[in-house]
Amino acid sequence: MSENGADASIVRARGLRKEYGSGEGLVRAVDEVDLEVAPGEAVAIMGPSGCGKSTLLHLLGGLDRPSAGELWLAGKRIDRLSERGLAQFRRHDVGFVFQAFHLMDELTARENVELPALLARRSPREARRRATQLLDQVGLSDRAGHLPSALSGGQRQRVAIARALANQPQIVLADEPTGNLDSAATLEVLRLFEELHTAGITLVVVTHDERIAATADRMISMRDGAFVGQTRLVGGTGGNLADLAGLGG
Amino acid sequence: MQQEVVLAMLAKEPSSGSRLRARLNDALGPLGDAVNDGQIYVTLSRLESAGFIARQEAGVPEAGRKAYELTAAGQERVAEWLAEVSWPRPDLAEFHLKLVAAAQAGLADPIGIVDAQRRELLRRLREVERAAMAEPDDSQAGLLLEGIVLRLQADLRWLEACERLWMNRRKK
Repeated sequence: MSENGADASIVRARGLRKEYGSGEGLVRAVDEVDLEVAPGEAVAIMGPSGCGKSTLLHLLGGLDRPSAGELWLAGKRIDRLSERGLAQFRRHDVGFVFQAFHLMDELTARENVELPALLARRSPREARRRATQLLDQVGLSDRAGHLPSALSGGQRQRVAIARALANQPQIVLADEPTGNLDSAATLEVLRLFEELHTAGITLVVVTHDERIAATADRMISMRDGAFVGQTRLVGGTGGNLADLAGLGG
Repeated sequence: MQQEVVLAMLAKEPSSGSRLRARLNDALGPLGDAVNDGQIYVTLSRLESAGFIARQEAGVPEAGRKAYELTAAGQERVAEWLAEVSWPRPDLAEFHLKLVAAAQAGLADPIGIVDAQRRELLRRLREVERAAMAEPDDSQAGLLLEGIVLRLQADLRWLEACERLWMNRRKK
């Protein structure tokens, strides 16, 4: 573990800041954010569009560099990495899931899932083996040979989630993963996230979908670049489901 | 639960109370427990007194239990009920006025009230979502749970709008 990073957190951010522009036009998209995420934790960061949550996710995943602050991922200091180190970090340690899926249209589901392993210089055989296993895990074995255009939105996002897991990342980062999905497909993604959670995978999701926030271990509210509150929604009283359906009393 | 529900469920075929119970459980999944056997039997006897259903004379009784069937009046009532467009009315005015009153009297911060309400709704959403995740695809009960999810989502979005307005007021 590195300096000050010797703790059990997967993510550890201190005073993280991201600024754009300068002088009068200075915008603090992320403003002094402190964040700790425990291994296996599912965290949802919620806020209106423009609150800085996507920028924060990009910082956490090494897609962008902070203007100030310190960031550790799995004990590794990220904010000081070289470009090359950062690229390697993104390939090996992080899995990304995006709102618009970002699948390669001309590749089949299986080939999309193989790609990150191939880019990480695994053998084609190993990449294929892993992709087959992951597609099975997300319930899409029978769609492995389909192009994304032949898949529903929910299925595309499941392929994208399988792809995110290809290199057994330390953490999966998702940006509005249900933003383009209807209610039934959202449930598919929630189920899958729940399975990942049960399997001990650390998940940080930025979203304005209440359904994801409601199923996470912890929900953080973000406004104007800063965290303004957090809630743990553990448990549930049980038994009032029927009330909600109008069956009570 | 409306007695018309029990009446309409009998339209498919004459059934005993226990048979109806099983069909309600299929349709309601994890919510089926909220309808107790007593309720079903009380409703059946009310429907019988009202002349909407009658005990079946002919046919093979199911394991010695009474089967009920719709009378002509019952059939008519079911047809009317299917055509009705009644719908539960949400009571948003109470919460809206709670925020207004709290702000005007300086009794409490409307944003705090919105926050507490949001946590409560998220907790409910979590519970429904967990039940929905446990349902198999194409489950009838899953559709009911989806309806609850969508309503809670609508309420949560309205709370967001409440927060925006009261936040802007506070800034002025």
